[in-house]
Amino acid sequence: MEKILEVKDLHISFHTFSGEVQAIRGVNFDLHKGETLAIVGESGSGKSVTSKAIMHLLPESNSEIKQGQILFEGKDLAKLSDKAMQKIRGKDISMIFQDPMTSLNPTMKVGRQIIEPIMKHQKLSKGAAKKRAIEILDLVGIPNPEVRFEQYPHQFSGGMRQRVVIAIALACNPKVLIADEPTTALDVTIQAQILELMKALQKKIDTSIIFITHDLGVVANVADRVAVMYGGKIVEVGTVDEVFYNPQHPYTWGLISSMPTLDTEDEELYAIPGTPPDLLHPPKGDAFAPRNRYAMKIDLEKQPPMFKVSDTHYAATWLLHPEAPKVEPPEAVQKRKRQFLGLKEGN
Amino acid sequence: MASTEKLLEIKNLKQYFNVGKANEVRAVDDISFDIFKGETLGLVGESGCGKSTTGRTIIRLYDATGGEVLYNGVNVHGKKSKAELKEFNRKMQMIFQDPQASLNPRMKVSDIIAEGIDIHGLASSKEDRMNRVIELLETVGLNKEHANRYPHEFSGGQRQRIGIARALAVEPEFIIADEPISALDVSIQAQVVNLMKKLQKEKGLTYLFIAHDLSMVKYISDRIGVMYFGKLVELAPADDLYNNPIHPYTQSLLSAIPLPDPNYERNRKRKTYNPKVHNYSSDDEVKLREIKPGHFVQCSQKEFEQYKAQYAK
Repeated sequence: MEKILEVKDLHISFHTFSGEVQAIRGVNFDLHKGETLAIVGESGSGKSVTSKAIMHLLPESNSEIKQGQILFEGKDLAKLSDKAMQKIRGKDISMIFQDPMTSLNPTMKVGRQIIEPIMKHQKLSKGAAKKRAIEILDLVGIPNPEVRFEQYPHQFSGGMRQRVVIAIALACNPKVLIADEPTTALDVTIQAQILELMKALQKKIDTSIIFITHDLGVVANVADRVAVMYGGKIVEVGTVDEVFYNPQHPYTWGLISSMPTLDTEDEELYAIPGTPPDLLHPPKGDAFAPRNRYAMKIDLEKQPPMFKVSDTHYAATWLLHPEAPKVEPPEAVQKRKRQFLGLKEGN
Repeated sequence: MASTEKLLEIKNLKQYFNVGKANEVRAVDDISFDIFKGETLGLVGESGCGKSTTGRTIIRLYDATGGEVLYNGVNVHGKKSKAELKEFNRKMQMIFQDPQASLNPRMKVSDIIAEGIDIHGLASSKEDRMNRVIELLETVGLNKEHANRYPHEFSGGQRQRIGIARALAVEPEFIIADEPISALDVSIQAQVVNLMKKLQKEKGLTYLFIAHDLSMVKYISDRIGVMYFGKLVELAPADDLYNNPIHPYTQSLLSAIPLPDPNYERNRKRKTYNPKVHNYSSDDEVKLREIKPGHFVQCSQKEFEQYKAQYAK
């Protein structure tokens, strides 16, 4: 698999009045050509900060990339000047944001917002850019694109607005598309349409997608691979089947069992106890240890490395150490495992 | 399990906005249903379908345009003396979606929770008031140290717990929860839902649970109502609704939910709903009809027979 983007040992801190918040503490991942990588985790786990770092969108005044590299086509984006980044942002790497109401300019006609990146990056004339913009509006499924081109964002519904945001992001056929909770603000039926649209467009222009969300249902729908983040680190990464049917990290277990499936009956939902770690004073050992009922002594003392489960599946938990005791994952997870084995045999 | 004793009867409830103007909105358009004592009734639908308006009209945050809401046989919207209104307000409480916006940032948690206690004069002394607050905090999984803090010092899940404690403070019988978990993280959602279920068991509460997250609604609800453009299109026991959705809109809504199961997702076929499919003529009487005991669908007489035949299979 050809790697298009590599993030290596990324550390990012925010300087606040109360001290240094270590939001990202050593994140590594690759993005392959044409795939969708989903990053999941709760708020504060660092998924949006990672994506903003790739886009150079972190506030300059109080954030700092302490170490690490973001490699894209041989260039280290982490060290690129803002000027050089402007040539990449919106052209090779673009982004879709969560709330289509705040990510569009309410005082600008939609058409102008779409031709902006086209004129800037592809050096087309205004007329040619307009033609291209109408093509894209049509591509993302907006009826009457010529009329819609001349309208303002408030004249669009939420789902249509998100289509406009997608149109802007895709205007220059980017190689990497970062979607930060693109459907969280939308209704389920609209969400389904947008996800279908994104998948169809991905095939058409062969882009790679980083999809950030906390909705595991959406992940199961769109992702090829999944990275689970907790406390500023990736704690588990694998193909979508591996993470959903054979999860290894206790945090992933908790996430998966805390969501009811349609056949969950009257039993109590598994709730991860406690609250996320305070990254102002990050714990010495595994950040999840205080909420982890399987935690061992070493979890409190030393951060676990990434253990290999298969060629594509890695997890950072001491439970995978050869000397660790065998533990039984929660029932909901075991049920999934049996399902997975059944699937394998079926094939 | 829920009884069959009716706590609330909603009859032909209508809530229109901008009445008589060109931009009249029929947010809730003639809906009728009952809520039984001790049950959780889930209400789902897309944004703008009128589910929140229904909840708000039931609790009298809006004055209904038409129809009535009977609580224990007494009309909620009828003319009432101040004392009657106060008594009614005590029995019915609400939990809101955004715990950040629904807690006064300038009030201490103890005062937020005790506001209802003060209004209804439920505490005999300052000490009694504080004891009640502490007890409520403990009920929702917080502790007494939290009483003297302000809302901004809490996480989202904790704030929603405060919202729940405030609702419980006046010992209500019926709670309307308007998207109580939508603003929370997945791992925290489970905590709040478990808490709500536990409280229901202990205190015999009745819930109207408004949400758009359908897997959570199925988990918490005994019965579920589906709304579409101000109308209730289907109402059925939770399992029945998911296993045998009858109305084409319900089918479309259910087929749109992604589940955390990659294999299911690969095979999921989404159905789309087009209201034209009904092809109602002007003399068709379209109303909620009972297809099977407890399972209601909005349909015409012709569709009713069709659906019934379909169900029998």
